[in-house]
Amino acid sequence: MPIKSYLAHPHDGRYKELLSELSKFTTCDVIPSENEELAIVVTDTKDDFEDKNLQVEINSIKSLKMLSMVSGFETE
Amino acid sequence: MSKKITSRRDFLKKMAAASAMTAAASLFPGIMFAEEQIRNIKTSGNLKWTKAPCRFCGVGCGVLVGTENEKAVAVKGDPNSPVNKGLCCVKGYHQTICMYAKDRLTKPLVKKNGKYVETSMEEALDLVASKMKETIEKHGKDSVAMYTSGQSTIPEGYVASKFMKGAIGTNNLDCNARLCMASAVAGFLTTFGADEPMGCYEDIDHADVFITWGNNMAEMHPVLFSRMLDQRLKRGVKIIDFATRTTRSSMASDKSILFEPQTDLAVANAIAYEIINNGWMNKDFVNEHCNFSKGLTNMGYGTEDNYKFKDEPTKINLEEYKDFLNDYTPEKVSKISGVSVKDIKYLANIYGDPNKKVVSYWCMGMNQHTRGTWINNLVYNIHLLTGKISQPGNGPFSLTGQPSACGTAREVGTFTHKLPHGVVMNEKHREHAAKIWKVPVERIPAKPTYHATEMFRALDRGDIKFIWTQVTNPLVSLPNVSRFTNGAKKDDRFIVVSDVFPTPTSDVADVILPAAWHIEKNGLYGNSERRTQYWEKMVEPPGEAMADAWQTVEVARRMGYGDLFPYSKENHEDEIYNEYRLHHEGKKHNMAPLEVLKEQSGAMWPYVDGKETKWRFNAKYDPACDNGKEFHFYGKKDGRAIIWQRPYEPAAESPDNDYPFWLNTGRVIEHWHTGSMTRRIPVLHQAMPHAYVELHPDDAENYGISNGQKVKVISRRGTTVLPASINERGLPTKGQVFVPFFDENMMINDVTLDAFCPISKEPDYKKCAVKIEKV
Repeated sequence: MPIKSYLAHPHDGRYKELLSELSKFTTCDVIPSENEELAIVVTDTKDDFEDKNLQVEINSIKSLKMLSMVSGFETE
Repeated sequence: MSKKITSRRDFLKKMAAASAMTAAASLFPGIMFAEEQIRNIKTSGNLKWTKAPCRFCGVGCGVLVGTENEKAVAVKGDPNSPVNKGLCCVKGYHQTICMYAKDRLTKPLVKKNGKYVETSMEEALDLVASKMKETIEKHGKDSVAMYTSGQSTIPEGYVASKFMKGAIGTNNLDCNARLCMASAVAGFLTTFGADEPMGCYEDIDHADVFITWGNNMAEMHPVLFSRMLDQRLKRGVKIIDFATRTTRSSMASDKSILFEPQTDLAVANAIAYEIINNGWMNKDFVNEHCNFSKGLTNMGYGTEDNYKFKDEPTKINLEEYKDFLNDYTPEKVSKISGVSVKDIKYLANIYGDPNKKVVSYWCMGMNQHTRGTWINNLVYNIHLLTGKISQPGNGPFSLTGQPSACGTAREVGTFTHKLPHGVVMNEKHREHAAKIWKVPVERIPAKPTYHATEMFRALDRGDIKFIWTQVTNPLVSLPNVSRFTNGAKKDDRFIVVSDVFPTPTSDVADVILPAAWHIEKNGLYGNSERRTQYWEKMVEPPGEAMADAWQTVEVARRMGYGDLFPYSKENHEDEIYNEYRLHHEGKKHNMAPLEVLKEQSGAMWPYVDGKETKWRFNAKYDPACDNGKEFHFYGKKDGRAIIWQRPYEPAAESPDNDYPFWLNTGRVIEHWHTGSMTRRIPVLHQAMPHAYVELHPDDAENYGISNGQKVKVISRRGTTVLPASINERGLPTKGQVFVPFFDENMMINDVTLDAFCPISKEPDYKKCAVKIEKV
């Protein structure tokens, strides 16, 4: 049951769009910065398969410039 | 039960978010997040938090380890640590996860009829001691060896040194720091007569410009790099990346300058030429504090067995040095280095500008170099010529790769030529060690024997019959490693491996001793800035796993040396450290007492009158300076540092028609060295599951290779097959390929060359010739 955190960087001028897209995922908590164009994304999925699928989906967001992983925990 | 799981998941989610916030703060100092979310994240569960230095790199970040019910469950950066100020990198956050890997070694294993059989620790230690004794009786003291680590704790290194040199009486002790730091040691000793950097990380808060020499700090020392980026935002400092390949560091720097492999020697001399010819030399500093010398040249590269070299320094004067530098005008050097005249002058101008404080950082790029000692000397030359040394924000600084390469390998002295204080060649140093060890001085041999590469060559030849490795994985990390793997497998060799996990090295062992991990024992590490840090045991080791130091003590006692190792099992680390401190008494290297180290996040030696020393050789900060001058390079008898005349010489092996590419090897941020720990941390393993070969896009196109396609990398020594990486993490120059070495399934060290610096004996993993084939 993986829990991971990421830094999500938007393409220039597309920060709000990125936050909106990220907020659609039920398995993600999104913590937006108030003074920089950067969001923290914490994912909480039930297994590796779901975790990988979620990564693919997040990476396909057009307003996302880069998603860099910071930490991850396996709870089982 | 379900409540507990929910609560634990909630806690881990908060930890994950807190880690990301710390990382965000390192990229964007001053970044803010919604207050109510931060308030939630500060909840830290019902854990006990205990301080320790990080298990991984030589930066020596302070971490807080959270334990619950005898298990380590979380790690965070220690805000009280002056090293990292609460920051942590991706490896640091996850370090304790590997402790619970399913294949953790918990029982001693003895090879019987080709199969490993579980046995008790008592029996395994009996066997190790009897085999070692038997080998000595049959073949002599120099037929047994120990090979330890820059990840060994200070007590582990100390008892290994005392056991081999003081008890058995052989200098057959070397360590894996030979593969990463030996050139820095030889550079410091030849220039200053005293090892280790004069400055400290606080230089980051004072410098105006950072010049990194062949050093990808963004991946290898990410916390220090974050501190530099922070200073760029706060004070507008500049970072200049001088390297052979474009990396994450190059991309984050203000300027990236690329040079042809090996030609850093020429560029450093060209900078010195410009400094002198433009009148930027600090004449007062040089006249007062420096001498000039030259050494032998055309030394060879040590690729043949039993290679020997001894330098013969000769004093020269400034005029002779200036004549020598005439061969290194920017115009001449530009032709061989590929660095433009303008960029050479730009670098020289930064060093020469009296109003700019400059720190030079380097790590493996300069150290893993067949002229590693020379390039270290040449960068010191630049700082000495300009007087930019031993002051806040001014100085040369060699970073270490391992958490105690300084504290254990260099300070305790787990090299063949070293003693805890001084070297085996010096009679007074031998007498000093013998007195503390309570052994006859004649027992400590006066001649060094085998450095790392030659030690494993000797094992292959049969000169060494028994070897015991601790905390290291040489059969992945040595260059040209297949020779040494085959050597270790020969019939009459006996191999003992102490480790936490099975590795390719333990695969050839006759006895495998399970070892306690970092926080499963008390310990001390010494980081790159001379900071000694203590930690206490936080959880019990699993099964019969035992601290390496205690394994050594047990074997020594079984061999009849019990009177030399009168320590208690419960408190041996503290007792050993207290004995070790005696070797370094005095203002030049006094170590902080344990009670201080238990209270605070380490202390930098020399620790004198209750104070650590931040800048050595500067009378304002260093109480050991006693020549009445502003600076005192007291490692040399006359108190003067040496500016060395060292020429450019080509690499041991360069690309040619048959092998047209340079091969450069190194690391990635996700993995620690040979990957034996980090590849057992699922999140790191998934982020970087295997090695790869980086190609320049033009080379890839010429060979019809696309991203992910299999490529065979071939040298005169061996081959390995890896997927191609084009325009991903790093970008090699045309005619160069890069491969990280963490992956035991794609062994790039089957391909590398066992050439080394003749003075430091450190191998060059950065330069050999290869060809590539699309598979």
